[in-house]
Amino acid sequence: MGIYTQIFLTFAKIGSFTIGGGFAMVQMMEKEVVDKKHWLNHEEFMDTLVVAQSTPGLFAIDMASHIGLKLKGVGGGIVGALATALPSIVAILLIAMFFQTFKDNIYVEKIFMGVRPCVVALILAPCFSMAKKAKLNKYNWWIPIVAAVLIWVFGVSPIWCILAAGIGGFVWGRLKN
Amino acid sequence: MIFLELFYVFSKIGIFNFGGGYAMLSLIQDEVVNKHQWMTVNEFTDIVAVSQSTPGPIGINCATYTGYTAVIHAGYPTWAAVLGAVLASLSVIWLPFILMVSISQYLIKHHDSKAVTSVFATLRPVIVGLIAAAALMLMSKENFGDPSESTFVFVLSIVIFLLAFVGTRLYKVHPIIMILLCGLAGLLIY
Repeated sequence: MGIYTQIFLTFAKIGSFTIGGGFAMVQMMEKEVVDKKHWLNHEEFMDTLVVAQSTPGLFAIDMASHIGLKLKGVGGGIVGALATALPSIVAILLIAMFFQTFKDNIYVEKIFMGVRPCVVALILAPCFSMAKKAKLNKYNWWIPIVAAVLIWVFGVSPIWCILAAGIGGFVWGRLKN
Repeated sequence: MIFLELFYVFSKIGIFNFGGGYAMLSLIQDEVVNKHQWMTVNEFTDIVAVSQSTPGPIGINCATYTGYTAVIHAGYPTWAAVLGAVLASLSVIWLPFILMVSISQYLIKHHDSKAVTSVFATLRPVIVGLIAAAALMLMSKENFGDPSESTFVFVLSIVIFLLAFVGTRLYKVHPIIMILLCGLAGLLIY
């Protein structure tokens, strides 16, 4: 089997079987790419994590692009990224078509009336574990609050908050030295 | 032109997405629900639920779904909507990919440099705020019911919200199980 086919199949499999987004994929990726295929050693895999965390974009796609890049250059990266995205695209397309037909169905609406408040809770819950990872302390606790209020109350685009944080952090780092 | 707009909006969402799927939700909601009105708050909440229960990254799921519905709402046939879905999904990927190709070597060498560390020292707290904003924006009467219309729906929604929060946070119930349970509750009670 050609290397491109192998990259495609491996990442399409990872894309098909990990539910719940980016971080759930890391474990499976490590198992496939490091333990089974021996494409990367453990240290190189950690490099991939670093790169995916410090570049914008979807975590899983970033990882797939980087691993593909290491294996076979830009072509490998493209195949890895597309293979990871493909199962989602197909699954959601089918669901979208289904939804257009059944969204006014009374039972579907009843189910989602129960699900909607749950979704809000599911988004709010990781906020607290993220706060721990972000190393919030007495100096920076106000940053998330200001960002949330700007977006929620004043309708400021989250893009401005990200830009301000990036530039602010860079300038503050310079001044500190 | 709906296709150009989808391309522009999802390219922007892709390149400004730091901190994973949940942080991306506030970006998507701001553009897709508030600015372009491609879907309602309800539709957006439903697709987040669907994304949580289907494979793949939440950002791709949202992009595919938005691309499809936006093109259908604009009056195009199904095949055009499929194209719109694929276009929106690829738009999220391409800019970060180019960035990855150009700076990954630099990042591996310099990820603990002072500049990179200090940028992420402020970026991470902001991402926490972005996730909080995504949840707060969804705490609306569309999702929880209007208390002046039906106290029953409103109170029950609050109860479901609190139980789901405690369940995931303290008892580590898997999100899919939580969604299924709440959907079942909705079906039986309403």
